[in-house]
Amino acid sequence: MSGQASHAEHSHGSVKSYVIGLILSIVLTIIPFGVVMTGSFATSATLLIIVATAVAQVLVQLILFMHMSTKTDEGWNFTSFVFTVAILVLVIGGSLWIMYNLHLNMMIG
Amino acid sequence: MSTDTLSNHGDHAHEHDHHDAAGTKVFGFWVYLMSDLIIFGSLFATYAVLLRGTADGPTPADIVDLPLILISTFLLLVSSFTYGMAVLAMNADQVNKVKAWLAVTFLLGAGFIGLELYEFHHLIHLGFGPDRSAFLSAFFTLVGTHGLHVTFGLIWILVMLVQLQKKGLTDMTRPRIMCLSLFWHFLDIVWICVFSFVYLMGAL
Repeated sequence: MSGQASHAEHSHGSVKSYVIGLILSIVLTIIPFGVVMTGSFATSATLLIIVATAVAQVLVQLILFMHMSTKTDEGWNFTSFVFTVAILVLVIGGSLWIMYNLHLNMMIG
Repeated sequence: MSTDTLSNHGDHAHEHDHHDAAGTKVFGFWVYLMSDLIIFGSLFATYAVLLRGTADGPTPADIVDLPLILISTFLLLVSSFTYGMAVLAMNADQVNKVKAWLAVTFLLGAGFIGLELYEFHHLIHLGFGPDRSAFLSAFFTLVGTHGLHVTFGLIWILVMLVQLQKKGLTDMTRPRIMCLSLFWHFLDIVWICVFSFVYLMGAL
């Protein structure tokens, strides 16, 4: 990695990209809070909006603020993130799946 | 990357190693953050499983104070932005600006923790402490673990302010500011999940 490459790696991110990230984050925060506080949608639609805006805002943080990309560090930070998401799906999805069936079979909850 | 550093003994190796050491440090911290994400994932799973275990006590809808959460969300969100400004100031070698933005970030983070302590104190005062039900135990553990992380982030910001005062922007302090940057944005990401899945869905 040459000195030029290291300079480019450190200087990524500009005032513009941070301002865009901030505005997107504020909008993606106001939408779900507004929907829940006014109660103007059905429960299932509200849940969908909450999940969609949460995922979008996490991506805004990861890409615009944490500069995660497939290019920095030869893609290793992205690869390790994907691996972690796979583990999270197993841990959270697996827990809910098992406990839901357990509750059902024991006739509680 | 690491093999690169080990095998490189050329004459330009000094500059090369130097950068690689900083890059490896930040990447290592990234790997730590990923393992921290697993901790929060486990706590979220625990919370989801114990959500209905209210033991005839308060349900999520009874304890959620959305206006308060909206304010603390904005505090943390803006602090993520101000930390970004500190990193940009560091790239421009403006040490005083870095210190100023870090101080602003610290105040916003302290405001967030203040609101969280108020919320916890209020709930415990009402008799809705972590000992009331399985749901409240999981709630306090999840939200409290995040709050503890933010508190350690605040201590880290103070340490960096002292180091910047004493050493300035050096090859030692720069990677530390980058690691703290990742840590601070990471806490914002965890908070997005907390306010979405605990508070907003709880209020439904």
